[in-house]
Order: sequence, then structure tokens, then C-alpha cells
Amino acid sequence: METFYEVLRRQGITRRSFLKFCSLTATSLGLGSAFVPKIAHAMENKPRTPVLWLHGLECTCCSESFIRSAHPLAKDVVLSMISLDYDDTLMASAGHQAEAILEEIITKYKGNYILAVEGNPPLNQDGMSCIIGGRPFSEQLKHVAKDCKAIISWGSCASWGCVQAAKPNPTQATPVHKLITDKPIIKVPGCPPIAEVMTGVITYMLTFDRIPELDRQGRPKMFYSQRIHDKCYRRPHFDAGQFVEAFDDESARRGYCLYKVGCKGPTTYNACSTVQWNEGTSFPIKAGHGCIGCSEDGFWDKGSFYDRLTDIHQFGIEANADRIGATAAGVVGAAVVAHAAVSAIKRVTSKSDSAKADA
Amino acid sequence: MSATTSDKLADVTGIDPDAIEHGATIKSVYVYEAPVRLWHWINAFAIVVLAVTGYFIGSPPPTQPGEASANYLMGYIRFAHFAAGYIFAIGLAARIYWAFVGNHHGRELFTLPLFNAAYWKEVLTMLKWYAFIIARPSRYVGHNPLARLAMFLLYFVLSLFMIATGFALYGEGLQAESWADRSFGWVIPLLGQSQDVHTWHHLGMWVMICFVILHVYAAIREDIMGRQSVVSTMISGYRTFKD
Repeated sequence: METFYEVLRRQGITRRSFLKFCSLTATSLGLGSAFVPKIAHAMENKPRTPVLWLHGLECTCCSESFIRSAHPLAKDVVLSMISLDYDDTLMASAGHQAEAILEEIITKYKGNYILAVEGNPPLNQDGMSCIIGGRPFSEQLKHVAKDCKAIISWGSCASWGCVQAAKPNPTQATPVHKLITDKPIIKVPGCPPIAEVMTGVITYMLTFDRIPELDRQGRPKMFYSQRIHDKCYRRPHFDAGQFVEAFDDESARRGYCLYKVGCKGPTTYNACSTVQWNEGTSFPIKAGHGCIGCSEDGFWDKGSFYDRLTDIHQFGIEANADRIGATAAGVVGAAVVAHAAVSAIKRVTSKSDSAKADA
Repeated sequence: MSATTSDKLADVTGIDPDAIEHGATIKSVYVYEAPVRLWHWINAFAIVVLAVTGYFIGSPPPTQPGEASANYLMGYIRFAHFAAGYIFAIGLAARIYWAFVGNHHGRELFTLPLFNAAYWKEVLTMLKWYAFIIARPSRYVGHNPLARLAMFLLYFVLSLFMIATGFALYGEGLQAESWADRSFGWVIPLLGQSQDVHTWHHLGMWVMICFVILHVYAAIREDIMGRQSVVSTMISGYRTFKD
């Protein structure tokens, strides 16, 4: 089997560019410079792990993000590096030819290939809402997952369900971990995930031959252990109490904190405020719009993107915690006042009664 | 002449042995020990700070003028909230300890005699008293059974919920591997995600406010209309009976 380095050289990538890529990868993984030769060594010696990239109910934004990984050569490097053997969006072959590759890898690399899933399987109507190669996607997913080494759930669709699973979820779109329960699953949420986060996770797995350390919810700690808020460059304005009250006010022009116009940075775990997007050009808050929390579970169903206190749907009407709470406190307060009034009247009347009885 | 003089003296000095001689004798029982009383007022103060600062964390005050470095308003509000949260939680832990070593009234907050018919009969008596159906309630040395029910559900259980959700959110700031994240971080995926925990914690604040309204009203009303002291008992520790 070819090593990554051989593949890269075959594709005309210079050793200089290759080493540049290794150091960039070490940096984006938060590793010291001592790891650069280790990454280079791994890529020079390790055989490429086959990756099967399946697409369920999705919008392809994960793929679009992935192919824009920052280093100019990164997309070529990464696509070659992982031996992407099946990806119906990117591969040249189609139809029976493509499906044959899938079967070949499953047989040839049994228990040794990585399954990357973009999108999720819908379970209603026997899975008929998403048909791949003439069969429901849920069947293809189960079939390929049976013999894989690990699963990468790309994006919020595969990780949580995302927009197709938003209420009332007519197709019963289901995240991967609820269908496949016997394999290690790495969730890389985001709509889409950041390109460098995607390539970073894959590079880590190939370099160290193990899955990255995951948090409680199965996300790689190196990219998802902090909130947008924790590393936001507007955080000093939050601590100072300086807020944008409306999108066209003076505070907005001064670049104050977007908390009051609904920024979900304080409740969203992602690397946007550190890695940023499009070669580190910008990210939503830098562009003057609050974070919408796209890497969080069920972010479509948490009410308006522009409210800090989000709506609670269980109460029938759209209401947030403050409106419900203030109403309840108001009702209790009014009841107390009424009860006190009745108590006072009762007391006065019973006193005059007993006074009469005494007389 | 001498009577007039002593009357005048009593008006001036407030010393009137004669009136004491003819005053009603009232019985009293020592109910709330000093640690319980101290905890009650510290806790009440912590709840007020928590509710006010908590509200402002959800809906911050208007934008501060000047440079960011010249202001630290949200920082102070959050600090006050976290400090009061620690006092609230550590206070509850100390109070639970006192339930073991203190007198039996100290345990009423944390237990409910759910399967005791006599208990529910007294709960009904108190409900009837509040519904103006009966003219006189019973005399209670410790908490009255209805108050005990309210305190267990609306104070104790709610407090555990607020401490768990509160420290889970606090752990987000302290970040992964912090004590708060390791002890309470599991609450976040349990309730959905961070935003849901914020919403539930916020709702909990309003339930606590409802409890405080009812608690203060019931205590003052019982003090005036009931058959025993309530408000002063939490200051002196003695429950006095009027009849």
C-alpha cells in the first residue's frame, strides 16, 4: 500500500509544501513544534486508511466546508491523504461502479476503515425519504457501519439531527449515534463544521492511530471544549456591560457585545472564535452578527436567533422563561393580596361578632 | 396621686411592673436552634442576591459608556451571583449536617411523612384554615404540615435543582476538568444543551420567587392570625403560644 507521502510526491507536491502542511497541522491541533517531525514521519510511513464517506439527508455544506481547508494545498493533500475511496459527491465514478467500490472496501479492509457520515438517516416511511443506490440510506449506513473501525459524524445533521430533525421532524431524521450504538463515534458538529476542524480531526486519527479525546457528548475536546464566548474577542465588552441593543445603533458600530441581540456564543461549543473561517478571515461575531449556535443540539428549535431568553414551546404559546415566571409570580402575588384582604375582613367581622357575644 | 406618678413614669421609661403582673402569660418552646436561625437569614440574603443578579445576567442593564477597560459591570454582577451561589450551596450543606446533629425540628425541612395519615389530616386542616372553612387551626410547635410540604418541594427540592443546574453552568466558565464540570457537567446533556439549562435555571428562579412570596405572606399572616408566633421564632428561636 502507498504511504501518504508517496501519494503526495506522486501528485507533484514538493517536500517543502509537505513539511509546511505538517507544521500547520501541528499548530492547528495545538501541538508543539516537536510534533512536526512526528506528523511527517507518520505520513511518510503509515499506509493510508481507507475512508468511506456516506451522504444521508444533508445539504452538502459539510463537504463544501471540507474542500476549503485553509492551506492552499490542503484540499489536495487531505483528499489524497485519507484515501477517500467512496464519496458520491466527490468521486468520479457513479452508479453500480461506485457501489462496487463500497463493497470492495468493506470486504478488503474489514474492521480497518473509517466511516464518515454526512447527514443522517430518516426512519419514517421505512426510510423512504432518503434513497441511496435504490435502498433506504438507513440500510446502507447499517451495512457499512457493521465492519468499520470508527465513525465520524460530520456536522450537526449526523451529530444531532439539525434542520431536518427540527420539530415536527416529519421524516424522523435520526442522528447516527441513535442508530449505530456499537461503534466509537466522533461527533464533529456545526452547520457546517469548520474546515480546519474537519481536517484536524482526520489528521489526528491518522497521525496517532487513535480517536481524539472526546468530551461527555462525544465531541473532540481539542476543538469543542470551549464556548465561542470563552475566546470571543468582544468578551471585554460583555464583562464591561457594553451591549449592542439594536443592529443599527452606536454600540453596533463600536463593535460591542452581541449578547442582547441574541448571540448564542455563551451556550455554544465550537472553535469559531479561535480557528475562524475561510483561512482565518472572519467568523459571524467578527462580521457583526451574533452566533446562532449551529453546533448545538436542536439549535433550530430554541426560538429566535435574536433572543437571549429563548421560547419555551411546552406552554402552548410562545413564551420565554421571564414572561412565564413573571406571570406566575404576578398571579401568586395577586392571590396573596386577595387572601390577605379576605383574612382582614374575616378578622374584623369575627371580632365584632365576639364583641357582641361578650355584650 | 401616686398612681398618676407611676403611670407617667411608665410612659417615660416603659418600665411598668404592674402591667406585667396583669398581662397574659404565654407559653413558649425553644424550636429553632441558633445555627438554624443564622442559616435562615444568610440563606434569605443569598436568595435575594441570586435572584436580582440572576435576572440581570439574563437581561443585562443598559450599555455602559466609556472604554471597556473602565467598566466591569457584568463581571461584578456575575461575581456576586457566583459568590451568593457558593454561600447558598455551602449553607444548604451545613444545614443538612445540622439536620443530623440538631434537634428534631431541624429535620422537618428534609423529610416528609408521606405515608402517615395523621400528617395529611393536618395538611387538610391547614388548607381548610386558609380557605376560611374553619375558624381556628391547630397549634404547631415545629413547621405546620402544609408549610413543611411547601418547604420540602418548593425550597429543598428546588434548591437541589438550582444548585445542580447552577454549578453546571458555572462549570462551563471554569471549563472542562474543573470541579464544577466534573461534578455537575452531566446535567447539561441531560436537559438538552447549555441553552436549555439556562432556560430551566431561569424558570427555577421564578418558582423560588413564588415560594418567597408565599412564605413571607404565610409567616406574617400566621404571626397575626394563627395561634403561635412565627416571624419572631426565626429571630429568637422561641415559639410562643397565644392561647
